[in-house]
Amino acid sequence: MAKRKAKGYSVFSLLRHALQPEKPWGAAWAKPEPRSSYDVIIIGGGGHGLATAYYLARNHGISNVAVLERGDLGSGNVGRNTTLIRSNYVIDGNTQFFEHSMKLWEGLSHELNYNCMVSHRGQIVLGVSPVQMDVFARRGNIMRLNGIDAELLDRGEVQKLLPYLDYSKEARFPIWGGIHQPRAGTVRHDAVAWGYARAASQLGVHVIENCEVTGMVMDDGKVTGVETSRGRILAGKVGIAVAGHSSHVAKMAGLKLPVESHILQAFVTEAVKPIVHHVVSWGAELFYLSQSDKGGLVFGGHIDGFNTYTQRGQLFKIRDVMECAVSLMPFMSRMRLLRHWGGIMDMTPDGAPFICRTPVRNLYLNGGWCYHGFKATPTSGFTFAHTIASDEEHELNRCYSLDRFEKGGELDDYGIGNWTYKQ
Amino acid sequence: MTAFKRLDKGGRIDRSKTIAFTYDGARLFGHGGDTLASALLANGKTLVGRSFKYHRPRGFLSAGIEEPNGLFTMGEGARQEPNIPGTMLPLAEGLSAKSQNAWPSPSFDLMAVNGLAGPLFGAGFYYKTFIGPFKKSWMFYEPFIRRAAGLGKASETLDTARHDAQYGFFDCVVVGAGPAGLAAALVAGRAGAKVLLAEQDSELGGSLLSESSATLERWRMDAVSELQSLANVTTLVRATAQGLYDGSQITIAEHKSNGMLFHVIRAKTIIIAAGATERPLVFANNDRPGIMLASAVKTYLNRFALVPKSRAVVATNNDSAYETAFGLAEAGVAVTVAELRPSPTGDMLAQAAALGIAIFPNTGIADTAGDKQLRQVKLAGRHSVTIDCDVLAVSGGWSPNVHLTSHCGIKAKYDAKIAAFVPGGFAESHFGAGACLGHFGLLAAVRDGESAALAALARRGFTKKPKPVELPSVREDRPYHIGTGPRLSDIAKPAKAFIDFQHDVTAKDIMIAHEEGFHSVEHMKRYTTLGMATDQGKTSNVNAIAIMADLRGIDAGTAGTTTFRPPYSPLTIGALAGRSVGKHFRPVRRSPLHDWHANNGATFIEAGLWLRAWYYAWAGSTPEDAYIKEMELVRKGVGLADVSTLGKIDVQGPDAAEFLNRVYVNGFAKLPVGKARYGVMLNDDGVVLDDGTTSRISDTQFYLTTTTAQAGEVMSWLEYLLQCHWPELKVHVASLTDEFGGMAVSGPKSREALQLALPGIDVSNEALPYMGVKDVPFGGTTLRLMRLSFSGELAYEVHCPANFAISLWEHILTAAEPLDIKPYGLEALASLRIEKGHVAGLELDHRNTLDDLGLGKMAAKEKPFIGKELRLREKYQAPERWSLMGLELLEPEKKLRGGSILFAASDEIKGHGRGYITSVTWSTELDKFIALGLYQGGLKHEGEEIIAAFPLKDEQVRLKLVSPHFIDRQGVRLHA
Amino acid sequence: MRLPCPHCGERDVSEFRYGGDATRVRPAHGTGDLKAWHDYTFTFENPKGPHTEYWQHVLGCRQWFKLSRNTATNEIAGVVE
Repeated sequence: MAKRKAKGYSVFSLLRHALQPEKPWGAAWAKPEPRSSYDVIIIGGGGHGLATAYYLARNHGISNVAVLERGDLGSGNVGRNTTLIRSNYVIDGNTQFFEHSMKLWEGLSHELNYNCMVSHRGQIVLGVSPVQMDVFARRGNIMRLNGIDAELLDRGEVQKLLPYLDYSKEARFPIWGGIHQPRAGTVRHDAVAWGYARAASQLGVHVIENCEVTGMVMDDGKVTGVETSRGRILAGKVGIAVAGHSSHVAKMAGLKLPVESHILQAFVTEAVKPIVHHVVSWGAELFYLSQSDKGGLVFGGHIDGFNTYTQRGQLFKIRDVMECAVSLMPFMSRMRLLRHWGGIMDMTPDGAPFICRTPVRNLYLNGGWCYHGFKATPTSGFTFAHTIASDEEHELNRCYSLDRFEKGGELDDYGIGNWTYKQ
Repeated sequence: MTAFKRLDKGGRIDRSKTIAFTYDGARLFGHGGDTLASALLANGKTLVGRSFKYHRPRGFLSAGIEEPNGLFTMGEGARQEPNIPGTMLPLAEGLSAKSQNAWPSPSFDLMAVNGLAGPLFGAGFYYKTFIGPFKKSWMFYEPFIRRAAGLGKASETLDTARHDAQYGFFDCVVVGAGPAGLAAALVAGRAGAKVLLAEQDSELGGSLLSESSATLERWRMDAVSELQSLANVTTLVRATAQGLYDGSQITIAEHKSNGMLFHVIRAKTIIIAAGATERPLVFANNDRPGIMLASAVKTYLNRFALVPKSRAVVATNNDSAYETAFGLAEAGVAVTVAELRPSPTGDMLAQAAALGIAIFPNTGIADTAGDKQLRQVKLAGRHSVTIDCDVLAVSGGWSPNVHLTSHCGIKAKYDAKIAAFVPGGFAESHFGAGACLGHFGLLAAVRDGESAALAALARRGFTKKPKPVELPSVREDRPYHIGTGPRLSDIAKPAKAFIDFQHDVTAKDIMIAHEEGFHSVEHMKRYTTLGMATDQGKTSNVNAIAIMADLRGIDAGTAGTTTFRPPYSPLTIGALAGRSVGKHFRPVRRSPLHDWHANNGATFIEAGLWLRAWYYAWAGSTPEDAYIKEMELVRKGVGLADVSTLGKIDVQGPDAAEFLNRVYVNGFAKLPVGKARYGVMLNDDGVVLDDGTTSRISDTQFYLTTTTAQAGEVMSWLEYLLQCHWPELKVHVASLTDEFGGMAVSGPKSREALQLALPGIDVSNEALPYMGVKDVPFGGTTLRLMRLSFSGELAYEVHCPANFAISLWEHILTAAEPLDIKPYGLEALASLRIEKGHVAGLELDHRNTLDDLGLGKMAAKEKPFIGKELRLREKYQAPERWSLMGLELLEPEKKLRGGSILFAASDEIKGHGRGYITSVTWSTELDKFIALGLYQGGLKHEGEEIIAAFPLKDEQVRLKLVSPHFIDRQGVRLHA
Repeated sequence: MRLPCPHCGERDVSEFRYGGDATRVRPAHGTGDLKAWHDYTFTFENPKGPHTEYWQHVLGCRQWFKLSRNTATNEIAGVVE
């Protein structure tokens, strides 16, 4: 087993570099030409794919691995999300998975020797009715019972922590309280992709950009490689990690998935001095906001609500999210929107992902992340690598199988029901 | 120190009007027609801020929306707004501006020490450090980093501005009122099309406002007055086209005196005449106050009558900057042109010579000097001389504004002739004109505008040929020649050669990004933060791409550009939200009885969009006191509750019974007329969708009720089934939720109460037995009487047309007063149902099956129903599933809480437990706290003692598992 | 985006409710085939390109209809009979 750790960046190397500018840092990750075959090919050079490659090399000693990315590394959802991490899941299976991920986040910058700016600034979810507070209480209790931090806040405690919310009689949905996970927070999203790519590359993984997979090479019902824009590449095993486009890629192997591709929009304001010190989420409608280290307020709402692969959102939804922002935080009215964009989400009927083997031999699937894939990145890669390496699910991803709907194994954490376009 | 002086005449300023304003606490004066930027320059304020990272002194770079440096915090308190570009702000009396990112002031900024650590703070600095020494070390460093970040300061107070939205439909929207836009609007307007012309500047004219020619000004004024005379043309100023969305929806944000007016326009055609933005040149110390875009210097000269004090240098790689040089020379400024191109040609050379302008070809800028303001320019190349000057006007060429087409998902393409990106195409019914196409030149713009308008008219089917636009009688456009873009080999000190001024990204940072493999434009942007500030890379994007392409040995077209996203410029969020904020965030649904509740002591609570009567003052002043009294009222006497929020659906047609028989798990085909039945419907996946009581009014008519929360969902679901899947069923459904009010008359004395209220109507047990339904005429309308009970008591629901509800309600209260009838609210309603073991929202949470809710026996064996197949899936039938149970508190001194997790007495208290508590209430009947919850194995464990854990409050209590039906299990009261 | 309601004409997408893949064939009522119900309920074509889907003009005439739309561009080909 490879035990080497990523290395090279420290305050000393920075100083040395500042004093000797003629010595360049060198590429963060190598840019090799593809070999004709690999032990494992991971389709998708986003957070999940790169993490999978890293853990294949680091935990399972499999480093003859290529990550094939259609465009630039990290140009999908890992670079388009609102960077939140949390582990406040109530359903057995989800709880443990996302908490494992939180633990990996805690050590990630060290592990990768790359500052991913993991900020445990805390998330507060605001309840707008006594009934909702009961629902939150259940969530918080489950968290506590699984060793996860959670605190129930009453209205007064919320007001102390978040003085800028609307506590007036004008508020359409009064704040009754909240639930606080202090270890939740944010991570610099791009750094996750770059950090995993760099560390995986140091362990011998080939990260190959601008290499689009156009088909599967199949032999006797099993996958033996992929056709790409840079030619055929053979592989012992192929893992799909292209959330947003899972249906599209899985179809190349003849699979039809329980997935619809929907757009989720995200928003950022101009940078201002620190004003919001937590991740704040609202129970009235799906809405969440945090302030980046650069100073921009980063926020989002629910999916637009119909399937599309265009990465641009609908105006009505944009205005909807702005109404949420101003209604919850009146000061937002004066803030200025700098940019809004969209990412494509694999929406599943129960809101839970897939990390599993597939009915096609040698083909593995990691997808269906809905809009909460970013926070899962480390454990997603960790368990997917395990599943690929040992041909079986890890205890943590056993519930994320593709056949769970046949058995009634839905994991509907929010109690929304079987509607991909509502999950 | 000052770089500019104001001329005594000329320009577009109104010297008769003096305007007082405040800048960093000092009282200054400007004139009508000034912007904050021009007024500050006129007052000698060349240095107006500090840069983001290195706190370098900065002045205005531009005179427009692309301004990266001159940003201010405007106003105070409730009106304080950070990061406003002074270049876009018309000067107004009393305006108050503060400089940003400098302490204590821009001219003496203590944070400037950051500049000394420059080599450390290169691209990617943060990723390489602050990693150790501990796992969570970032938590220690982050507060320091955060404090240093951000530009202006936001105010936490309420926004007192008033923003609003306006919706419009136009044949043709023209974006930009420069020569191209004016021509386009004229042509479309003359043809009779409904036209909207939107201009972000405070006057129509665009680049024409920066010209000194009287001919052009006459042409502009003629165009403007004609447009204003056309009733079918609307013109907007200070109105920026911000985004272009699917379905040809364009958004325009218009500044009004007290807020923003946000226009959402559905445009049949759009003509984009958005112009172009000038690029700076990249050289060492290219960011000193006094270094400006050549076009900006021209604008300050011709529009704002500001002229460099004595000497200016113009540095350019293209022909356009010569206009600036000529203007300056004509205004008496000594001008030297550093011409980057080795051998420029064209008639501008002769004109320059005539004006006494020195032209140094093949000469670039090596460096500049000047502490807080430009003092000296050091030229290199063919003429390596040093020139003392006040102003350095730079032009690196022009970048067409490709933003709006980019919003539509159309990638920009590189045009080597202009060394910049142009729109890669246009969506159907969108057209471009002028500089935004890369057609630089005044006459070209006018011609473009005209032909774009003709194309748009043709698309809209206008056949009338409008009168052509008269070209202004000026000389033909000078061809646009440009040298190469910036190359790293030409930049002497890349660490101080700024590309993105606002984010302090230098040529050196691009080099680092390249060395480290961040080659693609998207990686370069994210790694260096280039183009991510408030100007979104308007002046920096193309220069950075040129340098990266040069480093990679490819052309800029292959390198490509990043995607421009809306909005075009920073957009006030309040404008997007409009009036739908605060109290008006979402509509309030009110029951037809709302006013009565409000006038009679009800406290309301939000339930979804509804406002419902929670409890009444007669019963107590807190919900905890009141609901118990109200429960007792229902258990012992009679109470009246508003149930109007229930979903009510009229189902009619010959196949109505068959339809409901398919939808509900239990049979409805044989339900007799005049009877109601409780029904449960499943989703296709076998999970419970909703429950409710449905009555048969006639052979072909049913009255279906849903829960309050699922009313809309069920209605759509029924329509979906009928319209998409079972069109052969002759059934229509119509929502009556808003048309009917409903009230529950509940309690042992409810029959007596109805007898008093409805004399002459037989409500005896025989005439109206349990689950009986009848429509009765009363007071000129028809009431629907249903003997239903949610509380478990003898009870009735009376439904009536909504406008009749209050009088009926009051009538019942008055008539039954001898029985001491009183209203009861939602809290009591919800508590009574817990005692009875009726499931509601918290149990119907889309995760539970019929069996989980103890309703498995309702599922018909013989007939098919929706969800029948998938409810039988393996895990849905597993014996270890959690199902509905009642819970009694065994430790009366402790509190029972909703959301508690349930464990068997012998379990270790961890993990996910064996169930949880959904709903809790005090039981007036049992005189103890009781609850409903789900517990593994359900009734098999009846009578067992278990534990409810609430670790959030470090509490555990002992409970007894009992039947969920706490009262009247035999239904004696119901049938009384 | 604006959708062509067959009853009311072109309206803003915000007036509509999405109903998913309309190429799925609902098993006949009462079909006891678990696999057929599973595939119908839980799997989707989800193509990147032309897609036939259900919409309801929920804030208008409440009519459900099938629409052909390109999911790669959001271009609308029209109502499918």
